[in-house]
Amino acid sequence: MQPLSSRTHLALLAAAVAAAMLPALVPDYYVQFAAKVLILGTLAMALNLAVGFGGLVSLCHAAFFGLAGYALVLAAPEYDAPSLLLTLPLAVAVAAAAALVIGLLSLRTRGVYFIMVTLAFGEMLFFLFHDTPVGGGSDGLFLYVKPVLSVGETVLVDLDYPVTFYLAALAAAAGTWWLIRHLLSTPFGDALTAARDNERRALALGIPVFRVRLVAFVLSAALAGLAGYLSAAQFGFVAPQMLGWHLSATALVMVVLGGTRRVAGPLAGALVVTGLEEGLKYFIDDWKLVYGLIIIALVLVAPGGLQDLARLAGLGRRTGTPALNLKEANNAG
Amino acid sequence: MTNIKSTAQTLVITRRNFLGATAAGAAGLALGFPKPAIAQGAPLKVGLMLPFSGTYARLGQFIENGFNLYVEQKSGMLGGRKVEFIRLDDESKPETATDNMNRLVSRDKADVVIGTVHSGVAMAMVKVARDSGVPLIIPNAGADEATGPLCAPNIFRTSFSNWQPAHPMGKVVYDEGHRNVLTITWRYTAGQQMVGAFTEGFEAAGGKVVEGLTLPFPEVEFQALITQIATLKPDAVFAFFAGGGAVKFVTDYAAAGLKGKIPLYGTGFLTDGTLKAQGDAASGIRTTLHYADDLDNPANKAFLSAFQAKTGEAGDIYAVQGFDAAALLEAGLTATGGDASAREALFAAMAGAKIDSPRGPLSFSAAHNPIQNIYLREVRDGRNAFVSVAGEAVRDPARGCRMA
Amino acid sequence: MDIGTFAIQLLNAVQYGLVLFLVASGLTLVFGILGVINLAHGVFYMLGAYLAWWLTVATGNFAIGITGAFAISFLVGMALESVFIRRLYGRDHLSQVLLSFGLILVVDELRQMLFGRDVQSVPLPEWLSGSLPLTDVLNYPVYRLAVSLLCLAVAVAIFLVIRRTRIGMVVRAGAENREMTRALGIPFDSVNRYVFAIGIALAALAGAVIAPISTVFPGMGDGMLILSFVVVVLGGIGSVPGAAIGALLIGLIDTFGKVFMPELAGILVYVLMAAVLIVRPTGILGKREV
Repeated sequence: MQPLSSRTHLALLAAAVAAAMLPALVPDYYVQFAAKVLILGTLAMALNLAVGFGGLVSLCHAAFFGLAGYALVLAAPEYDAPSLLLTLPLAVAVAAAAALVIGLLSLRTRGVYFIMVTLAFGEMLFFLFHDTPVGGGSDGLFLYVKPVLSVGETVLVDLDYPVTFYLAALAAAAGTWWLIRHLLSTPFGDALTAARDNERRALALGIPVFRVRLVAFVLSAALAGLAGYLSAAQFGFVAPQMLGWHLSATALVMVVLGGTRRVAGPLAGALVVTGLEEGLKYFIDDWKLVYGLIIIALVLVAPGGLQDLARLAGLGRRTGTPALNLKEANNAG
Repeated sequence: MTNIKSTAQTLVITRRNFLGATAAGAAGLALGFPKPAIAQGAPLKVGLMLPFSGTYARLGQFIENGFNLYVEQKSGMLGGRKVEFIRLDDESKPETATDNMNRLVSRDKADVVIGTVHSGVAMAMVKVARDSGVPLIIPNAGADEATGPLCAPNIFRTSFSNWQPAHPMGKVVYDEGHRNVLTITWRYTAGQQMVGAFTEGFEAAGGKVVEGLTLPFPEVEFQALITQIATLKPDAVFAFFAGGGAVKFVTDYAAAGLKGKIPLYGTGFLTDGTLKAQGDAASGIRTTLHYADDLDNPANKAFLSAFQAKTGEAGDIYAVQGFDAAALLEAGLTATGGDASAREALFAAMAGAKIDSPRGPLSFSAAHNPIQNIYLREVRDGRNAFVSVAGEAVRDPARGCRMA
Repeated sequence: MDIGTFAIQLLNAVQYGLVLFLVASGLTLVFGILGVINLAHGVFYMLGAYLAWWLTVATGNFAIGITGAFAISFLVGMALESVFIRRLYGRDHLSQVLLSFGLILVVDELRQMLFGRDVQSVPLPEWLSGSLPLTDVLNYPVYRLAVSLLCLAVAVAIFLVIRRTRIGMVVRAGAENREMTRALGIPFDSVNRYVFAIGIALAALAGAVIAPISTVFPGMGDGMLILSFVVVVLGGIGSVPGAAIGALLIGLIDTFGKVFMPELAGILVYVLMAAVLIVRPTGILGKREV
């Protein structure tokens, strides 16, 4: 990762201002919608830390997402506002702890085994909430009051206000972006990508591949947990399906669409996927057919995601060859 | 999809037609279409949030057809105001329910919302309705809470609470001479509440529930549990399953040879909308529900023939619940001259409505849950035939409701 | 639990395991030989059930229903292989996951357009609809026995094909070392298409034979998909005998789990999988190195 140029800085600043101004410009529903996109984008960026930069195609990130959501709802008092300062770290810690156990077991496997094992562990957590009384079973649980951040009696942040909530989601997405970007510029990031590109060589160089991957996996799960926490707070409801693999797969679609080599790419992927769903649902009854065909076309025609699409349309900046990069990215599996 | 559409579209402006007509298109979507409705001249926007795909798709379709039938009979109007529908498929997915309900309420500015079948989805809708104050009519989901602890002035139900059809069955089973009964159901709200209400009624009558078997919703691998039933040999079995699960349980029960040896009872969902698939395996099963296919009253006869004429299918309880949801809305809107924003008057008129429903007399409790007869039915010749009235004007206890 | 009940539950467990094997065998073959991870496997199980229902009701002949479902799915598999799947060989697993996820959505929506959304049941012919008395109240349906026998027959057939035929040789070689086999110039292209089609058709066959006892409904493939993944992981990817062992283990755990600890039955299967993975990361009969 190169340091940001001053022009990029300006562009970032403009984007941040525009994003912060959004609530003043569009109706309430679209503020909510934007918050949803940011939350899913956070999940996708988190997932991409494992998939794109770690070469670990995980199908259980929805489980971390959902686990954190459940942690919030279960830890919240029934009629009072849960404290953001207590429940957020708790939720993220629960997701990270689960990832530590799952990672210890599943990172012993490679490639397709890793995919299948993560899928199975994710479903195990799904069934834990679906079949047992732990979290209200298949009916799910409600969160009646949204989290607040208060010092003494003064409420500083109340997620019940849509605009506050939107800004919190924006901060989470921006923080996740910054953290991953920063991480990749450290020796740890180099070790992670080296292990992805060629495991044997990385081992020969003395990189503790297993430990590096485990740390990346746990961190990625913790960030997915952050997204899950916000998602549970946004809708005030958690259900086992939040942990199911369909959401994991959808997040993968966002990752691939946005491009696995860019930290912010999956955020763009989340915007396109969520927007597409919103639009298709509005106009087409059998929208899943179209959605499925679009995914298939994406894999076959534009494996590099949006950048490929832009290139196909003849308007991309020619910065390397994304398709080739993607292939490299996943050879490690 | 197309075949339902063609019937629904004859009188009704669907959202897509409407969009085309106003030439809004994608730009409109992006810019926050639609605009707030003008109080009177504009049509009444009725949000139909129902399962149009997934396990309960058929139920959603029948509820919609029932609702449409009533509106058609009033020349496309309710309370003298033209009706425009906004359909939204909830897919019976609770995890997207809040989001979907927000779409109807905040984005599409629905004046009234009708929905839904799945209890979890309905609970999410109840939550949004309580926050936003939008009138909500539940045409199926039976979660006791909706007209219990979560009851609200703007929330009505035209179906049942889970307690209602199950409780009277307790006395029926006892009176038919059974003392030791086993229950079996899915481990989720509807199942647990119905089995709980049955147990309450059965034990109050003097019987004893010897075993409560459960399996996760919506699993349908019953063989191990059916073997257990055969081992325990209770006097009778009370079951709650619906849809595909009901079909499979009833056929498995018969295939294992238990039919005719250990009588099977249940709430009506065990044999409603499923009889064609269950075939002979279902014959003789006795269930309780707030409807029977052959209820001998003029409203039911008129309804069944009109429904048959409109859709080519035999009407059922789900269609009735949709039909009555429209009737309830009509009662409210007539009182306000079609104005859905005069909420206090609207809700008062709805709460006081007396509807001559195909199911018999229908009125509403202080918690806005139906007060209705519960009928004992038996499966005969592929129909849920009326046997007797198991409970007259049954009123849900509405536990936890502050309005009751 | 007395010995008689235990025996009956054991019978239930084995029967369930055999069906699981039928579904999982297709999945493990497709992965073992083509190296393609197919998440859409479960959706073809569902499609098989709907095809069997449609054909049986249309022709009034159950045998046509079953064979038709198998044959149609086989052709669908051939077509899918030549249009989509062949482009995935050698591509990363991520693409395979996404493409098959897209296929799930497409096939499911097409099913809805073609066959509707209702729950359906498949009528059995007279000679299969009887039942055998087991205890004074409990009977065992003949058809369940027939399904078990059919699953056993298919299992034997797969073993024979793999052990005795040229295709089987390629299959074994591929499962041993895919890159090496490819490098040796063994003609994969023609084999691939058949293997993929057979894999799909086995899933559909399982759905078709299960249809009369499970009823036919839209989401029926979802649970099956995950369970057959667990079977494959347990047994070792690409190993057909491994799949058989994994399937029987899951049949046992699930059936007895339901009786003894009903709330944990759904999770026990995954606990077993985790336990096996700790000891053998590549499954019971999997190769040590991946």
